[in-house]
Amino acid sequence: MAWFRKPKKPLTSSDKRDLPSDVFVKCDGCGEILYREKLAQGGYVCPHCAHHFRISADAYIRLLLDDDSFQETESELTSADPLEFTDLKPYVDRLVAARKKTGRADAIRTGRATLEEIPVALGVMDFAFIGGSMGSVVGEKIARLGRLALEEGRPLILVSASGGARMMEGIYSLMQMAKTSAVLARLHEAGLPFVSILTHPTTGGVTASFAMLGDVNLVEPGALVGFAGPRVIEETIRQELPDGFQRAEFLLEHGMVDQVVDRRELRATTARLLRHMNGGPRE
Amino acid sequence: MVEIQEQIDGLLDLAERKGIDVSGELSGLRQKLEVIREATYRNLRPIDQVQVARHPRRPYTCDYLERVFTDWIELHGDRAFRDDAAIVGGWARLDGRSVMVIGHQKGRDMKDNLHRNFGMPHPEGYRKALRLMRLAEKFGRPVITFIDTPGAYPGIGAEKRGQAEAIAMNLREMARLRVPLVSVVIGEGGSGGALALGVTDRILMLEHSVYSVISPEGCAAILWRSADHRDRAAEALKLTSSDLTRLGICDEVIPEPAGGAHADWDGTATALGEALRRAVTELQALDPEQRMAARHAKYEAMGAWQEA
Repeated sequence: MAWFRKPKKPLTSSDKRDLPSDVFVKCDGCGEILYREKLAQGGYVCPHCAHHFRISADAYIRLLLDDDSFQETESELTSADPLEFTDLKPYVDRLVAARKKTGRADAIRTGRATLEEIPVALGVMDFAFIGGSMGSVVGEKIARLGRLALEEGRPLILVSASGGARMMEGIYSLMQMAKTSAVLARLHEAGLPFVSILTHPTTGGVTASFAMLGDVNLVEPGALVGFAGPRVIEETIRQELPDGFQRAEFLLEHGMVDQVVDRRELRATTARLLRHMNGGPRE
Repeated sequence: MVEIQEQIDGLLDLAERKGIDVSGELSGLRQKLEVIREATYRNLRPIDQVQVARHPRRPYTCDYLERVFTDWIELHGDRAFRDDAAIVGGWARLDGRSVMVIGHQKGRDMKDNLHRNFGMPHPEGYRKALRLMRLAEKFGRPVITFIDTPGAYPGIGAEKRGQAEAIAMNLREMARLRVPLVSVVIGEGGSGGALALGVTDRILMLEHSVYSVISPEGCAAILWRSADHRDRAAEALKLTSSDLTRLGICDEVIPEPAGGAHADWDGTATALGEALRRAVTELQALDPEQRMAARHAKYEAMGAWQEA
């Protein structure tokens, strides 16, 4: 009875981060009309249905960290287009457009900061920059952040939002999975905590490397997190996926994450976790 | 080439039926075939390399196990869910030295492929691989991996059981192993599902193998909006053994016999065995700290970026 079925929402790459600058915003979750300023104060979580709007890296920095504590590192690192990649348009053009759109050099911001007065090393991905894809710059910035955490004995926090590896950098993008995981191996041996915060959506090479390697993995409600994207799975198995597949609650049920955490609770939860895991002697 | 092969087959058939001596014509045709074959394989386009890497007659992990190693004892299972036949692993001897061999395994026919899932592992396959690598670590044995997969399987069960976590954990744990690690891409190096066996001290590639972040078909479907452009995607992705050497990823290319590995399994295995012996010997000469430092340095250097 196909005509009964709820029409599937197409997967869009539309950028919900760029909310209309109007005074009012319509919630994607419940359709409620919301007062924009109030929404922003609440971390862009709908006060009626708790729908989590997609927010920028900057918004996560404000949300998670102590005021003005973020000291950015490596903000000038840019992609070198190693393959001189061109599809329907040159990769360098895509980079220029993404920089213009986001005002950032690539898909992650990294830096030192404090979170409820705990010194941390934090990286936040930005889905608005070529789908938050991981190329050499994202990989290198995470590697440097990991080394900084090692040198300064800081816990590491990474907030992920990514479509996966950046295929315009070919094999180099694949190898960033190994690079970031290798740095996490060193962090692991040094006994430093790593909290991975997964946001909507995180798939592919980012999930299959650092994002799943947290000592604790937290996920925002409703976020889609997986290895393969739903479209690829549907095409492979030639059947429709069940409702809620690869969503935060599914991940919790199947043991992939420790908790589903409302965005407004992320800072407090992370701080409590770090107080448990930070600075303990390692026998 | 197919045409000449048909002529040869026809001639042989004729000779057999009528008892005629065709050796003169035959050697002429064979020579012609050899010349064309060599020229063809010297000038393969990237998409042709992909086709050769996927050739259904190409030797797979088990074929090299038979030819390069002795005393193979297969070990099964991840101790948690099931045995994944898309990855094989176990003890073997390389020139009498005990080593752990782990590799993707494709099927040779449809029935075999259903069993092997076309060489596309589930999480339990990667977890079996990690279990065996840790076993090798316990006894100080080198680990040799063979990479040959279209990719990790994208399915419901795979997601439920944590495909991403299984791959990620292998990447992290391979960076921590103290024993020598060598990987060889023998066919298709398909993305994260390949890399999950590939964080190694040395990365070798058979000449006509490929290694890529995404299949040319997948890349074309996304960036060109049609899989028809797979030849252009194959070119743009820089996925051949010579590309990867130039990009500093591949440490050594193992030459294939004229006509590709599928034309001469034994010859390919001989070359592969020699390269493996050399790599393992070199790595065993280093102490574990040196090896691990070099491995970390190798992966930390990968990529291309510009400082401000």
